[in-house]
Amino acid sequence: MSGRKKKPKGFRLDLLVCAGTGCVSNRSFIVKDALEKEIVKRGLQDEVRVIATGCQGFCERGPIVIAQPDEIFYQRVTEKDVPYLVEEHLIKGRPAKKLMYVPEKEAIPIPRMSDIGFFKHQRLIVLRNRGRLDPENIEEYIAFDGYEALQKVLTSMTPEQVIEEIKKSGLRGRGGAGFLTGLKWELCRAAEGHPKYIICNGDEGDPGAFMDRSVLEADPHSVIEGMLIGAYAIGAQKGFIYVRKEYPLAVKRVQHALKQASEYGLLGEDILGTGFNFFIEVVQGAGAFVCGEETALMAAIEGRVGRPRTRPPYPVEKGLWGKPTNINNVETWANVPIIILRGADWFSSIGTENSKGTKIFSLVGKINNTGLVEVPMGITLRQIIYDIGGGIPYNKKFKAVQTGGPSGGCIPEKYLDLPIDYESLTEVGSMMGSGGMIVMDEDTCMVDVARYFLNFTQQESCGKCVPCRLGTKQMVEILNRIVDGNGKDGDLELLESIGQNVKLASLCGLGQTAPNPVLTTIKYFKEEYIAHINEKKCPALVCKALISYVIDPELCTGCVACAKNCPTMAITGEPKKVYKIDQSKCIKCGICLSVCPPKFGAVKKVTPAI
Amino acid sequence: MENIEKIIKQYKEKEIDLIQVLHNIQNDFNYLPQDVLIHLSKALHIPLSRIYSIATFYAAFSLVPRGKHLCTVCMGTACHVRGAPAVLSRIEELLGIKPGETTTDNNFTLETVNCLGACALAPIVVIDGEYHGQTTVNKVDKLLEKYVRKEEKTKGI
Repeated sequence: MSGRKKKPKGFRLDLLVCAGTGCVSNRSFIVKDALEKEIVKRGLQDEVRVIATGCQGFCERGPIVIAQPDEIFYQRVTEKDVPYLVEEHLIKGRPAKKLMYVPEKEAIPIPRMSDIGFFKHQRLIVLRNRGRLDPENIEEYIAFDGYEALQKVLTSMTPEQVIEEIKKSGLRGRGGAGFLTGLKWELCRAAEGHPKYIICNGDEGDPGAFMDRSVLEADPHSVIEGMLIGAYAIGAQKGFIYVRKEYPLAVKRVQHALKQASEYGLLGEDILGTGFNFFIEVVQGAGAFVCGEETALMAAIEGRVGRPRTRPPYPVEKGLWGKPTNINNVETWANVPIIILRGADWFSSIGTENSKGTKIFSLVGKINNTGLVEVPMGITLRQIIYDIGGGIPYNKKFKAVQTGGPSGGCIPEKYLDLPIDYESLTEVGSMMGSGGMIVMDEDTCMVDVARYFLNFTQQESCGKCVPCRLGTKQMVEILNRIVDGNGKDGDLELLESIGQNVKLASLCGLGQTAPNPVLTTIKYFKEEYIAHINEKKCPALVCKALISYVIDPELCTGCVACAKNCPTMAITGEPKKVYKIDQSKCIKCGICLSVCPPKFGAVKKVTPAI
Repeated sequence: MENIEKIIKQYKEKEIDLIQVLHNIQNDFNYLPQDVLIHLSKALHIPLSRIYSIATFYAAFSLVPRGKHLCTVCMGTACHVRGAPAVLSRIEELLGIKPGETTTDNNFTLETVNCLGACALAPIVVIDGEYHGQTTVNKVDKLLEKYVRKEEKTKGI
């Protein structure tokens, strides 16, 4: 297919404007329009091209514009910055310093993208095309070797050889459980039944995880190509991409990509003239976390209520409409084309003994560089949080990192040097999950976080099996009373005992992992629970019932900011004199604290409540 | 009603499944009206109980009319640790409603969502599809005011 390759010619410079959800929300399309206008105004339209790309990953600094070929990284670009950017970079030919990234606590900007800490330590395999191509233009994907792996398998490999190659690569499911992808394909191929289906699970329900959204938005063709290769290997003719409704941009890009792929003869009947047929349909979710579970997801595709069922039979034997079905998640599919192109040996040279390749994590929470990072398996938590993530904001102290979403656990500081792979995370009570990584600092209350996750799983429990439906409910009630200051002796033991039973007896992965956030926080942060129960204190000053807001008379200058903004008029006093909060009227909304000028810092939280 | 017949036809010709049928109806009406669901049940020969079960299982569907403006507060983990609960309770207070409810003047419906996957902007409030990042309890007042004013303008007040 090399004859199709079209490298853009004639333009001396490309301005790549990030058009992922993060940057779009920060109005990157307005920046793009402004750039285009300014370029025309300066008569540069034949020399400079503006391209909207997929997510660059460094969402914290959006909207992002990258000038190629020098890969100069511009951040937080607004419409107002456009004339300056065009003048400096395009006319005068020197980088626009004011828009460059300056690391926390440093003064000198870093011009080149690959020199920035956030990008420097990453290893891009799945996200290889992120931000370098227009996701709505199939030709650009093709120009970067797109669909070459498909051509390779269709013209020179048997399905068995494809499966063997994927098995040899050691690729494991990126949805969380980590089952060997090649083995799953082999089982599905061997299963009796016709037709066979394949599914791409894009129901990324874990709060705080958005890698699948980003892949679908930035490089939808890599997922489609992966599915095509999988379909050929398994012998399937029909595939489904199941995407959450909450990702409208991803749905749009995937639908567009499917249309283009069909027009190019890469999807549909007689693909590339080889006689191979494959069709893909997009199915939108309707807002149910449990549908990320494979049997529930299949029920949803069939148009039914998304409740899981017992396994076995596994989907590879009896899946959609009772037929053999292979489900992999977005990130897994996107790994496939490059493994075929570069070979299993190359892929398995990256990572640890049992976890090969890379993993994308969404680094969020109390972290300086929020964003999406792809790193080799085996990297340590410390490297991710400090070298890539730039550490914790406001010089706060690291407390824990939560991985694996509501199914995962909270990992304390003592494990920061743990090399990350599927097994190591499970050993410390957490899991890989889909790759959410939520950083928490000293101001995060671990009891509150545990309650947050359990409340989440309890609400999302489909209600089919008793341990999950009632067990999580009981656990939430106990946690509620602890954060409300009504915790009792024996509550922790009860939580642990119910938690173990829910894990053992639940029907599907949701219930089997739901207690993890509670069990790990009890294990690693027991003293915080004890403070809540015995002393009615919330050491992180989060739990409303256990704190009060007070004004320090030594620091208050009577600036009136708090009193003016208090919604319940609980703050009284005279200007230039010390103000006071009436605790009986205070609803603990925290507005006074946020409006008190930092130079005074007079409003404070105290625990226990007054 | 014309649209409903089209949706029914699409279902019968197996172009779309029942969940998609409900999505399409909700897109048209902004909620799932009872009479439409009854009509659907008869026309498609699907028990009303099954339609009801789907409509109540999935968070995307609403059986009651929703307000002109949809205010969605993200309660994902990143938003949670960065202060979303305080933002939500401020909005509840300002609008006088809880998540899932609509104001009596039918202006606002308040909803929460598990995660929008735009965690760098946490905490996020979405109003009518427009994302507002890094919200705080102070910013919320002004934000809602903007939409109330817009509403008044269109009414000519």
